[in-house]
Amino acid sequence: MQKANDLKEYREELRETLGNDFLRTTLDNFAIAYRAGRANAFKDMDVRGLIKEIADSKDEAARNADALYREFKENAEAAGIHVHFAKDGDEANRIIAQIAKDANCKKIVKSKSMTAEETLLNHDLEDAGLEVTETDLGEWIIQLRHEGPSHMVMPAIHLSRFQVGDLFTEVTGKEQDSDIEKLVKVARRELRQKYVEADMGITGANFAIAETGSIGLVTNEGNARLVSTLPRVHVALMGIDKLLPTLHDALRILKVLPRNATGQAITSYVTWITGNNECLAAEDGRKEIHYVVLDNGRSELIKDPLFSQVNRCVRCGACANVCPVYRLVGGHKMGHIYIGAIGLILTYFFHGKDKAKNLVQNCINCEACKDVCAGGIDLPRLIKEIHARIQDEDGHPLPSFLLGKMLKNRKLFHTLLRTAKWGQKPVAEKDGFIRHLPMIFSKEHGFRALPTIAETPFRDWWKEKRPRVANPKYRVALFSGCVQDFVYPEQMQAAVDVFAANDVAMEFPEEQSCCGLPVQMMGETKASRDVAVQNLRAFEPEAYDYIVTLCASCAAHLKHNYPKLVMDKPAMKLRADAFAAKIIDYSSFVNDVLKVNAEDFRQTGEKATYHAPCHLCRGLDVHEAPRQLIEKSGMEYVECAEEEVCCGFGGTFSMKFPELSAELLKKKLDNVEATGADTLLTDCPGCIMQLRGGLKRRGSRVQVKHVAEVMSKNKK
Amino acid sequence: MPSKEDLYQKFVEKAGLVSAKVTSIATEDDALKYVINLCDKKEACQLMISGCEADLSDKAEALCDAKQKKVIAAPGLNEDLYKKLAAQAKKAGFECISEGMRDHLAGVDIGFTFAEYGIADTGTLMLDCPGEEMRLATMVSEFHVCVLPKSKIKANTYAVEKMMLTRMKKTPDYLAFITGPSRTADIERVLALGVHGPLELHILILED
Repeated sequence: MQKANDLKEYREELRETLGNDFLRTTLDNFAIAYRAGRANAFKDMDVRGLIKEIADSKDEAARNADALYREFKENAEAAGIHVHFAKDGDEANRIIAQIAKDANCKKIVKSKSMTAEETLLNHDLEDAGLEVTETDLGEWIIQLRHEGPSHMVMPAIHLSRFQVGDLFTEVTGKEQDSDIEKLVKVARRELRQKYVEADMGITGANFAIAETGSIGLVTNEGNARLVSTLPRVHVALMGIDKLLPTLHDALRILKVLPRNATGQAITSYVTWITGNNECLAAEDGRKEIHYVVLDNGRSELIKDPLFSQVNRCVRCGACANVCPVYRLVGGHKMGHIYIGAIGLILTYFFHGKDKAKNLVQNCINCEACKDVCAGGIDLPRLIKEIHARIQDEDGHPLPSFLLGKMLKNRKLFHTLLRTAKWGQKPVAEKDGFIRHLPMIFSKEHGFRALPTIAETPFRDWWKEKRPRVANPKYRVALFSGCVQDFVYPEQMQAAVDVFAANDVAMEFPEEQSCCGLPVQMMGETKASRDVAVQNLRAFEPEAYDYIVTLCASCAAHLKHNYPKLVMDKPAMKLRADAFAAKIIDYSSFVNDVLKVNAEDFRQTGEKATYHAPCHLCRGLDVHEAPRQLIEKSGMEYVECAEEEVCCGFGGTFSMKFPELSAELLKKKLDNVEATGADTLLTDCPGCIMQLRGGLKRRGSRVQVKHVAEVMSKNKK
Repeated sequence: MPSKEDLYQKFVEKAGLVSAKVTSIATEDDALKYVINLCDKKEACQLMISGCEADLSDKAEALCDAKQKKVIAAPGLNEDLYKKLAAQAKKAGFECISEGMRDHLAGVDIGFTFAEYGIADTGTLMLDCPGEEMRLATMVSEFHVCVLPKSKIKANTYAVEKMMLTRMKKTPDYLAFITGPSRTADIERVLALGVHGPLELHILILED
């Protein structure tokens, strides 16, 4: 649960978790095993198509939530079930306590329900004098420890067998060892007794099917079958987001849910309950069944044009499974009750701004969650949007406000960068790094060296040295982004060299500025929009075949976010669409458009490995082009483990959470060094800054270069 | 359109991947023989009665003491078949029941059932069990033995959707997809079988 009052306290909590070696190892192993397991589970399936179908069907369900609820209620009631509607968590808990009272129930067994976690149901029931026992093994463990789940599907993933052994010793009053098989059997036998005694069973529901008034339950342990069979009363608590028109919609989600959650083709048990089925413990032989359908902010959510897509979430937990930040700090720190990327969003809507305000800043925007989401939810975008909304409500912190102001004024921004070049003189080393960190950085930033501002920015070099191309095959405009303009102009120069040699005529529109991603990341929506408009005005999309950028982050932001940023201005939107359609990253342009040949490069045979920038591999779905270019440019490409996992830069993220950034970088560099390659290539100046700075601090011999640089160097 | 043989092969492969034990049988009598044999070979009680190495709280121990001899639960069999099974069980010294599962919540050794359908692409059994005895027999048994007629193997869940809907509209209804034994990975993500439900799932595919 999230308790920190401010970012400082939150960072303190994060630091504590970083020291938990068991958690770190467990989550590392899980992250790697999960990726392989999921890929295997989806082998030969059209995953994208299936996710698109789910997104469409869930969107449709959200639009018709009221009608679906009426149909569901009508069919369920016709089948002998009592249906209740609860506008918030407290009301749901009151309804359930009342059902228990009316039916004279004393003891309750529960099957895992995230919705019941959301409403903190157990506390209210216990306050009403009822005994509540969780029966899902992980959920029982955390209940005994008085904790919340740290993962949506594996609630006790943060605990070791030894901790569980000690806990069970306490619970049974007999010494238990830490053998997992044995611990599971102990739980089986202890919990069997609880089923026998219980007079009420509570479950969640994975599916609420309107056409039949049925619910569907997905479990591996089978506890939902016992919970919904043995006690004479059954209560199922579900959010309105579980409503689906037909069984077919549920079966479709069932194809993705277990595969995405745990890499299983299906869980051991999927249970479909319709009507008041037989119960031999009841006087009339029929089970008393209640469905409690919870709103708790959901109906507002689905009316919101941007956030309605949150309704698509099927609670598979995959967004946590792939999140590099979750992997470092675990669910208790990467969520409040719901965890992972979706957790950051749901926390805001279900539990309020105060619980969400720190959490939403802890997204590195690597888009791994978006890529894996079973409902195709644009999670990183929604997280950033919430961050922006909270700042709009609470006021903007000074640094982000100032950066926003500065970026909006290109001339001021560029003058500051030019001034910084002189300011850094006393601390600049000859090797392009700053000797000491400037005063504004604390010591946590010492994990990487920072580069100096270049002697001559690319825009000045361009004025003097721009090449003339006689018979151009293509006309392109160059978008440099601020880092390659002012810090790494040699990367742009290298690209210009390769382009000119391939008969590409180039323009460099001088009015261009920073792409605006940093302020977008900081929640400065207005500044981000102003910068976008400025850049859109600087370029004449019709005049070029392509707009090329060597920065993956700029490319993804220009392509995907610009049209969204100016959506409310029709003329600007048209321009942004045309602009976005022309945006291409360096590797795709050189490999797929120019189609360069290996014969045009000296074959050096040096080993090079690769880091895939998040905004290239996921943001732009570019995977093969850079790797093919490495081979074509005469080097031997050696694959690196976890090549498509974030390096920990994340722009302003690395400023805000230096400890997390350092850990992500460490993993990345360990993997890089393990390849034995002397050169590390990538496609994003931000990643280069991070990787180079980290390797420098390690004293490593590995050289980091943009793919463009080796292509220029090895060009015949 | 995959042939019956393709579906069968696929089913066997997928069920095997989730630790189900699949055997082909020629007749229903073979199924009875299988159950009696299995019951004979298995330990008296692998999970529930005292004698297990793990200590329990006193209350849970008490529940275990309720079970005295090996029990086969076979609710939902047709009368003739049940009679045959009961006779063979008696001869072997086992108790055989078709109802009263609530008196056996400490666990039965074998639950013996017939599946309505098999789903090839996940190795899943579909059992319709609106009756409570069937549900409990498939849950509190240590081994679940289930007969699946070969002709009832369908390609995927969409292929059983109509049948499911027919049942769900004729309420009340309690349908189960069962795929392998009960499992958990909640402690350190280590797979452990038989957490609440059966420790083993035996599928007998009946040539028909």
